Amino acid sequence: MADIKWPAPADRHLIGKRISRIDGPFKSSGRAKYTFDINRPNMLFGKMVLSAHAHAKIDKIDTGEAEGMPGVRAVYTMVPEGQEVNWVGQEVVALAADTEEQAEEAADHVHIDYSPLPFLVADTDPQQAGPDRTKQLRDQSEGDPQQGFQQAEVTHEGAYGIPVITHCCLESHGSVAEWNGDKLNVWLSTQNVSGSAGQYSDGLKQAGINVAPSDVSIDCQYMGGGFGSKFGPDSWGIAAAVLARKAGRPVKMMLERDHELLSAGCRPSLHGRIKVGAKKDGTLVAWDSESWGTGGMGSAGTPPLPYIFKIPNQHVRHSAVLTNIGPARAWRAPNHPQVCFLTMTALDDLAAKLGMDPLDFFLKNIGITGPRSANYQEELLRAADMIAWKKNWHPRGDRATGPVKRGLGLSIHTWGGAGHVSNCRCTIQPDGSVEVALGSQDLGTGTRTVIDIVAAETLGLPLEGVQVAIGDNKYPPDGASGGSTTVGGVSSSTRVAATNALNQLLEKVAPSLNATPDQLEAVGGRIQVRGDSARSIPWKQACAKLGAAPIVAMGQRDASLISAGVGGAQMAQVAVDTETGVVRMEKIVAVQDCGLVIDPKTAESQVYGACIMGTCYALHEEKIMDDQTGACLNPNMEFYRLSGIDDIGEIQVHMMTGPGYDERGVIGLGEPPVVSPGAAISNAVANAIGARVPDLPITPNRVLMALGKGGAV
Amino acid sequence: MSKRDHPDHSTDSGSARDGHSQKKGKPSSGLSRRQFIKGTGLAVSASVLVSEGLLKAAGAQEASGVAGPGAVPIRLRVNGQVRELRIEPRVMLLDALRNHLDITGSKKVCDRASCGACTVIVDGRPVYSCTMLAIDAQGRSIETIESLASGDDLHPMSQSFVDNDAQQCGFCTSGFVMACKAYLDKHPHPTYDEVKKALNGNLCRCGTYMGIRNAVLEAATKTSTKGAQA
Repeated sequence: MADIKWPAPADRHLIGKRISRIDGPFKSSGRAKYTFDINRPNMLFGKMVLSAHAHAKIDKIDTGEAEGMPGVRAVYTMVPEGQEVNWVGQEVVALAADTEEQAEEAADHVHIDYSPLPFLVADTDPQQAGPDRTKQLRDQSEGDPQQGFQQAEVTHEGAYGIPVITHCCLESHGSVAEWNGDKLNVWLSTQNVSGSAGQYSDGLKQAGINVAPSDVSIDCQYMGGGFGSKFGPDSWGIAAAVLARKAGRPVKMMLERDHELLSAGCRPSLHGRIKVGAKKDGTLVAWDSESWGTGGMGSAGTPPLPYIFKIPNQHVRHSAVLTNIGPARAWRAPNHPQVCFLTMTALDDLAAKLGMDPLDFFLKNIGITGPRSANYQEELLRAADMIAWKKNWHPRGDRATGPVKRGLGLSIHTWGGAGHVSNCRCTIQPDGSVEVALGSQDLGTGTRTVIDIVAAETLGLPLEGVQVAIGDNKYPPDGASGGSTTVGGVSSSTRVAATNALNQLLEKVAPSLNATPDQLEAVGGRIQVRGDSARSIPWKQACAKLGAAPIVAMGQRDASLISAGVGGAQMAQVAVDTETGVVRMEKIVAVQDCGLVIDPKTAESQVYGACIMGTCYALHEEKIMDDQTGACLNPNMEFYRLSGIDDIGEIQVHMMTGPGYDERGVIGLGEPPVVSPGAAISNAVANAIGARVPDLPITPNRVLMALGKGGAV
Repeated sequence: MSKRDHPDHSTDSGSARDGHSQKKGKPSSGLSRRQFIKGTGLAVSASVLVSEGLLKAAGAQEASGVAGPGAVPIRLRVNGQVRELRIEPRVMLLDALRNHLDITGSKKVCDRASCGACTVIVDGRPVYSCTMLAIDAQGRSIETIESLASGDDLHPMSQSFVDNDAQQCGFCTSGFVMACKAYLDKHPHPTYDEVKKALNGNLCRCGTYMGIRNAVLEAATKTSTKGAQA
């Protein structure tokens, strides 16, 4: 069999066209059923009792009063007496009652005695945290850092920081669990449809319930945001299944908003003291950084500093600080926004010290950005063109009269995005209907639409001619949606499965067209002799030749159809009110490559959305912890701020496509464009006001401090 | 600079949201947070008692002057249909719709009038249904997103959301569509800047604001064109 390829540009009828997401009508009419919307007959509502302490031993749990309250049907202790809790908001007891209000009230009547233990919630450096709370993860040199700094003619030293933020998925984490005999049916808000059954089996075993993974069904047709935080059932998913078992009734357990922000996702912080040196002409020669960050009690990985620029002489040291803030989870492009912020701001400050335009400085050093350097250069120049950089950029400190100062900033980013494991089953029925089935999920990225486009393109059908079946683990197993690996996985497996199915159909049809199968093609809803529409039959008639049995063909991820490694450049324009300190994002231009773009419309939406999400963490987001009590002070959407529609200026997106990009095959896109906005906006603020605001988010208070106008730490 | 600390900032003066601001509503609205009321056995409140709808529905309890704490019969007019249900007086309109009537288009996200995912239209005005007691919604016309489409034909606002890709995960979408519809009903010819200001009472996490702005303007154009032809 010939290698399977993507169709040539001239033969693409759907791939590369601007296609609206196929599940859009269900969402915009309110008909899409999310996990949160599932109501089962006799369903109970689950609520949890959360730890009030950042670190404590549980002495006694008294659920007696709660058990006797109206409507309460089951109670389950998640952390037994004698064990420790490690953050405010950790789940201790779960219960289920007839109504949501009864469950909430009963949870208030569970009595827990704690012995408080020492805790740390401050986002502090290793010296202050102390050795017991510090884990050194990296201490590494390349080249000769000491000699590098001797060669450097200009050196900049600075400290930068990016705080812990949360995922804040609008659909909180949760599930509906229902037992059918010994089988468990779960509606789960998840990025991991195919990989969750085993986690249920393992988790329930620890709770004394044996259920085989094959007896756990997972359903997730729609999910309201994950961003890296929804890869498994979590402790509350297991608790819901236990409560459902105990009560003999289905249980819905969705996290309350405060719980969502306390426990269901945080992005580790990163802080660093950075020294970076260059020759007078801008050539980077040396880097030294000492960094630290916290992602709760885990290590949260080793951030790849310095980012993208492979500075020849470098020394990098990084430590994790262990804190009682709740566990870290993967947050859209794990580690990249943080290292991008620390690197691109330090380089921007060095450029200012050199008296160079940062665009020229980045281009001067583009040669040390690795194998994608030509792309970065092309993307930087494209972005500069879009924002009229050479016309609008000025040296640090806008000299315009009046309190509002404007500035431009830039950043570049990268990501991998290879396809994950994927299996697609394509079924062609004798009546002409087609189904492609994968145990994948659509997070809102457009996965369902992309699968439809690829299958329909391959079979020469309109989008409506293919039924896409995803969101259920009864379909062929597919990877979790993490690392921007979904589109590579599902597009290639779908292309292969649909091609394999079509080839079987062509064999059946060939004799009636007096041709051999390899002379035939599927196009425009017909099977025809290649290039000869006179010798053709309609799709339905072709399928009728199958007799009674459908065609069922499988396809797996095909590495020759996909690739990894993308780049992007972003430039931001901000306006800063130097009297109030308020920063306004006026414009972002985003240039991004991701190989062959299957649906430019939903692809651009990923970039638009990423620029907005990036603006949120640049200007607003921070999980604020109280040193005295160990509690999070803003576990709600009033004080955990997201940008509103009026906070966002203009955004222009340019996808790099065509020769040089398309032939790389499909590459994931969801994560990379969210990496740069923090750095680009911070650099733009520095350019506007002539001073660096060293930490995100860039609050009015911090702007005033940077301007020497007071403010409070 | 925009500010969502108080939802009054979310709309222009001509369309202040009753349920959002809870200022101009009935006297009971100051007690509309279940969080506030829960566990009190609903000794609620003289203010609830003056709610005309409750007095009608509470029947025998009227004489005692106390509604609850158990379930009481109430009657809601949702999407043109009268629905009778028995719920505790502390149940919010959003929970009554979602948990008791299985009308789930309106979403629960912040549960405290910050994000707008629960937006429904009550007597023609957008309301955060997470922050209005169901008993207070009696005697009013409640429109949820389910009322917009007829069969396969989407409402022009919903269609504009599809055409402009004004949605990703979609969890904020119902609330945004309802807020946009309520706004356009009163302001059929908005400018781009007016749209940005008017929709500040709703939040999206995926970042679909660019599409939403365009969707509202497109829907406005379509609606006004239709109107002109009619």
